[in-house]
Parts: sequence; C-alpha cells; structure tokens
Amino acid sequence: MASASAIAPKGKASQDSLLQRILKKPITATFIAIFLGFVVAAILLAAAGYDPIASFTALFEGVFSKPKYISNTIIKAAPIILTGISVAFAFKTGMFNIGAEGQYVAGTVCAVIVGSTLDLPMFLQIPAVVLAGVAGGALIGSITGFLKARFGIHEVITAIMLNWTMLYLNNFVVNSAMFHRPSSTSSIPVNDSSFTMILPEWKLSDQGLETLRNVPWLYDFLVKSDVNIAFLVAILVAILIWFVLYRSKLGFELRAVGFNRDAAEFAGMPVERNTVLAMTIAGGISGLAGALMITGIAPHCISTLAGFENYGFNGFSVALIAGSSPIGCIFAGLLFGGLLYGGTSVQMAVGAPTDIINIMIGTIVFFVALARVVTLIAQHLEKRSAEKANGSGGACAEVGAPASAQAKGQEESHA
Amino acid sequence: MKKNRLMGLALAGAVALTVAGCGGQAAPAGSEDKSASAEADYKVQMVTDMGGVNDQSFNQLAWEGLQQLEDETGIPVNYTESKQEADYATNLDKAVDAGSNTVWGIGFAMADAIQTAAKSNPDVHFAIIDNAYPEDALLDNLTGVTFKTQEPSFVAGYIAAMTTQTGKVGFIGGMKSDVLETFNWGFQAGVAYANATEGKDVKVVSQYIETFTDAAKGKAAGQKMYSDGCDIVFACAGNAGNGVIESATEANKMVIGVDKDQYDLAPENMLTSVMKNVDQAVIEVSKQAADGEEVGGKNIELSAKDGAVAISEHHDLMEDAVYEKAQDLFKQIKDGKITPPGTEKDFNAYVESL
Repeated sequence: MASASAIAPKGKASQDSLLQRILKKPITATFIAIFLGFVVAAILLAAAGYDPIASFTALFEGVFSKPKYISNTIIKAAPIILTGISVAFAFKTGMFNIGAEGQYVAGTVCAVIVGSTLDLPMFLQIPAVVLAGVAGGALIGSITGFLKARFGIHEVITAIMLNWTMLYLNNFVVNSAMFHRPSSTSSIPVNDSSFTMILPEWKLSDQGLETLRNVPWLYDFLVKSDVNIAFLVAILVAILIWFVLYRSKLGFELRAVGFNRDAAEFAGMPVERNTVLAMTIAGGISGLAGALMITGIAPHCISTLAGFENYGFNGFSVALIAGSSPIGCIFAGLLFGGLLYGGTSVQMAVGAPTDIINIMIGTIVFFVALARVVTLIAQHLEKRSAEKANGSGGACAEVGAPASAQAKGQEESHA
Repeated sequence: MKKNRLMGLALAGAVALTVAGCGGQAAPAGSEDKSASAEADYKVQMVTDMGGVNDQSFNQLAWEGLQQLEDETGIPVNYTESKQEADYATNLDKAVDAGSNTVWGIGFAMADAIQTAAKSNPDVHFAIIDNAYPEDALLDNLTGVTFKTQEPSFVAGYIAAMTTQTGKVGFIGGMKSDVLETFNWGFQAGVAYANATEGKDVKVVSQYIETFTDAAKGKAAGQKMYSDGCDIVFACAGNAGNGVIESATEANKMVIGVDKDQYDLAPENMLTSVMKNVDQAVIEVSKQAADGEEVGGKNIELSAKDGAVAISEHHDLMEDAVYEKAQDLFKQIKDGKITPPGTEKDFNAYVESL
C-alpha cells in the first residue's frame, strides 16, 4: 500500500490516496462506526429534548471522573470481554457461538453449586469454584459442538435452545430446596472463601474501614467497588487465545476449519474433533466469565431470571466490534462496559432514559456490521482517482492500478 | 498485516481512552450547576430493582411519589434503573456520588446491597421499600419500610368470599417471602371472617409461582386456577400478576389487583385492588428525613391508619351492601378493632378466635 502513495502524483491525488489508506484499515471502519453511533445517539437525544453535549459530558464523566468509576467500568467490562473472546474464538473457527449466554449462565450455576456446597481454604476453594464454572460452560459448548460435528445440526439452533435450557436450569436451581435462600428471589451465596475480590473481608471490617478512611482514594477504590481479579484473568485469556489461534498447530488447524471446512478435511485435519474442541473452549471461556462474576461481584449468587442478563449477547457485540480479534475484545469490551456503566450517569444528569444508550450501542454494532461499506467507499475513491490520474498522466495510473489491486487482494484475504 | 491490525486496534483503544479522559475533565461543571441552582440543599434519589421505572407497579409508584415530593417541596429527585443484579451496588454508589442525602432502594431484592451501601456511606441516609431488617443488621442511617398489607388483603378476602359463585377463590403469589405472606394470610383471614360471620363456606387455594416477572407463567397459573373452579383470583405477583389478569379476561372470571389500583387493566373483571401506597410512603419518609427527624436505625411499618394501604374505590362488580360492609371492616381495622394476621401462626390463632 505504501508504494501506491509513493508513486501517486502530488496535490489532490496524493490526498485522496492518504484518505484511501486510512479508509482501508479495518480499525478505521470501527472508529467511523463508533463515531456514527454517537452521532445517531446525539440526534436522538436532541429529538427527545435532551442536550446531547451535556449527555455525552455526563457519559464521559460517569466513566472517567473518579478512579472508582474507572475501576467500576473495568469490573463491568471483564465478563463481556471474556464472553466476547468466547464468541470471537468460535467465529475464527467458523462457528457462530450464539450460545455464549447459556454457557455464561451454566458457569454461574455451577460456580454457585460448588461454591456454596464446598467450604475449603481459599487457595483450593477459588480454583474449585472457577473450574466448576469453566466446566459447566465447556460442557454446554461441547454439546453444541458435538451435535454440529456428528449430526450437522446447525450450532445456532442448538445454542439458542440451550440458552433457554440454561435459563430454566438456573431458575430450577434457585428454587430448589437445597439452594434457595428463604424470603428472596435468589439462591444462597457462595462461601466467603470463594471470593475473588481484593481483600474482601478486611476492607469491610471495622478495622479495615478505619484504616482505609485515611486514604480517600483507596477507600473509594476498595470499599466502594468490588475490585476483583476478573479483568486480569480476561487479559490473560485474551493473550492465551491469541497465542493458541496464531502460534500453535491446534490454532492453525482450527482456523483452517474456519476458512474452509472441506479444504481442511481434505488436508487431513480432524474437522469433527476440532469443531467439538472449538466449541468446548468457547463454552469454557463463557463459563469462566460466569464463575468470575459469582466469585467477584456482590451478591455472589444467582437469581430467578425472567429473561437473559445479556452477558453473552453483549459479548457478541464486543466480538463484532473487535473484528473477532481476541486482543481487540479487551478494548471493545472496555468501550462497551464504559457505555453501559456511563449510561446510568446520563440518566442521572440529564434524565435521558438509558434506552438511548442502548440505541447508541445498537447503532455502533449496526455500523460495524456495515463496515464493508467503508471498504467499498475506499475502492470507489480509488477507482475515481485512478480515472482522474488517467486523464492527466497515464503512466502513473498504470503503475498505480496493479498496486491497488494487490492491496484489494490483501484486504480480501484477512477480512 | 495481522500484527499491524492488532497494534492499530490497541493504539486506537488507547487514543479513545485518552481523548475521552480529557473530555471528562474539561467540563465537570454541567451537573454541579444544576444541583446548586435548586432551592433545597437536600437531595433524594431512588434506585429501581430490575423491574425498571415503568413497571406498572411499585417502582413506578415510588418514582411518582418522588416527583410529587419535588413538586411539593422543591427537593430535587432523581432515579436510576438497574438492568442486572450486579447493577444494584454501582447504582447506589452513583446515587451517593450525585450528592443525595436520602437514597431509596425499591424492593426487597436490594436489601443486601442497600445494607452494604449504608455501611460504607455512613453520612447518607438509606431507605428500602418492602424490607424490614433484623435488629442486629440495622444501622443508624438505614430505614426499612414495610406495609401492613394484610389489612387491605383481609378486606379483599371478605369481598371475594361474599362475591364468589363457586365457593372457591384463589391466591397467586410471586414468591414465598415475608412480604407476600402478609397478602396471603390477610386474604385467607378475610375469607375465614366471612365464613364465620356470614355463614359462608368458601375455600381458598393458595399458590406461589416463583416469579415476579414471567407473565406467561402467571397466565398459566391463572388458567389452571380458573379451570379448577375458582372464580376469583387474587393476583399478587408483580408483572407475572399481569398474566393472571390476562387469564381472567380470557376466562371472563374475576381477579383482584395488587399494589396500585389495577382497575384500568381489566375494567370488566377487576373486582377490587389491594393498594399499597408506596408513593405516599416515599414522600413521608423522605420529608421526615429532610426535616432532620431521626428516621434511620429503625423499621417502619405503615398501616391503614397511616393511609398507606387501601382497597380500590371501584366496586361495580360487587353488591353495594358488600362494598359498604367492606368499608366498615376497613374502618374497624383502622380503629384497631380487627387485627388481620400477616403470618401463618397469627392466622391459625385468628381462625380459632373466630
């Protein structure tokens, strides 16, 4: 691509090619989508009679104005980063993991069952509870993967059905005699030794409160938010999944199945096994998100659900914004978490309903899905500048054309 | 290419964070101006449970109450909606940061979150609707507000017993809890009262459907009760209760509404409504707190005497004599001549005393 701009004639044509270069980067499409999402939200806010500037100010203040808010944003982002990675990973292997929601719920249910039954020392309890959640999610994911690999049943259908199955399993467990907490809509919480917050007991003890009051920002940071390890785990998982996908034989095979199933099979790769494995891993990551929510955030229990809490479906949007890159999910998840968390401040400051924020998120996802349009615009500009160049100085255009064709080819290959 | 893309994404994320950070610091004045310009320096805010502020039930009532409070006293009010259980703590936290002096949590699902918030914010007064804290869990800045809903439920039970044709009436509750039990046993006691004093023989079928939100489940439970011979059902299950009301209109049987006057939902089938005036409660307690009265550190139980509970004024589906007697009963309850039971134990004692 650099060669294309180097040989382009000076003046307007070179400006165009810079624009083209920017437009061609996938990240640009994402930013344009985010920007358009904000624009649409601004129009909606203005139409509904709320000041868009004040609303966005409130949104950003609600995320950045205090250390505590930033930490809360990160806390909110952690589970959707993980479910986002789950969806992105499955997508890279050619599967549409719409079951992240159900796998997440399975993770919470298993974590609660194990965490409230066992009461081991912390260093045994936490791994036990978290692994139980991972296993729960992985099991649900593997069912979808198995049905797809063995019988060719489309994973979207089985995953949607399993989502609802998990929702009702959740309600069943909440209302079972063994796990129901009397006079509430919740289950009993997991035992304290399962907590993955930072200094969970000490910070709320009288002595801890006394000590922390002398350090206001730390008081804010520790006492007023459920600071926990989920975000760190999410980053580790993102790196691990990136490594598996791009630096391991398994990842190569999984992606090969994603690119072209038949070709992969023809090349002698175990497609069936890989399909099951991919969904198992994806499910395990969603289950991990569920387990870390239970251990890391109050109320540390599950409740009767009438509908989904959207941790899995938000992960879907995160993966889409991130272009299915595991590392990108970290940033997309932070963006998403910020919008969700900052959205409540918009409601408080200007009285705008949080639905506006949801519309904004929806618009962003919508425009990300339309990202190919941006590439089309780039190609259109390219064509036009080529035509123009044709008119003025023929030789350059001839050299330029193959170069841009090559760029187009590259674009195609990693889309 | 792949690497570039990842790096680009990382970079872009970092840029977005920085830019946004600047925006946030540059204009912190907006929201502060607003609160400073208000007349009163007291501020009240509420956090809804997962029902949201338009739930046609107690969240909505509480918010209507707060709006009325603002109209009457100029105390600025505001609300935040919770979408997930994990939102309770962060929403309460934001309400505190917004400079609220009294923060309301609506619904007993928030009991633990409110208690934790009260513990870590000793300067702010917290109050909750529908939850009474045990003595040892009460804090100086924490008020639990509950309603003696057995009182209007008792009257509704009497009306149901006097109106039924089949001799069988039903109760559908959202989830077995102290709050819901007051409706259940108050209603059953009202029926027992009619049986004892008016020579009726009416039976009550009582069921909990384990959900406040699933209207489909409520509808199924309602259909079952009506087909089992009940002709009046007391639907006491929040949004799930709307499903019961729907089954009543379909079966053309009668139904008793809850929390607010639900007459408009089914004018042809709504026998009466057991009303819990959450709005009045929110106004009263907020006013007292704003006036500097000691409202923290205790549970407040509001009754018919305080005008906090009532039954609907609509009575086109019952005989006038029944409605008059019902009014009389309600007055006797107000005067303390009848004490409707709110627990199973009290109910058994009450039935023996009849």
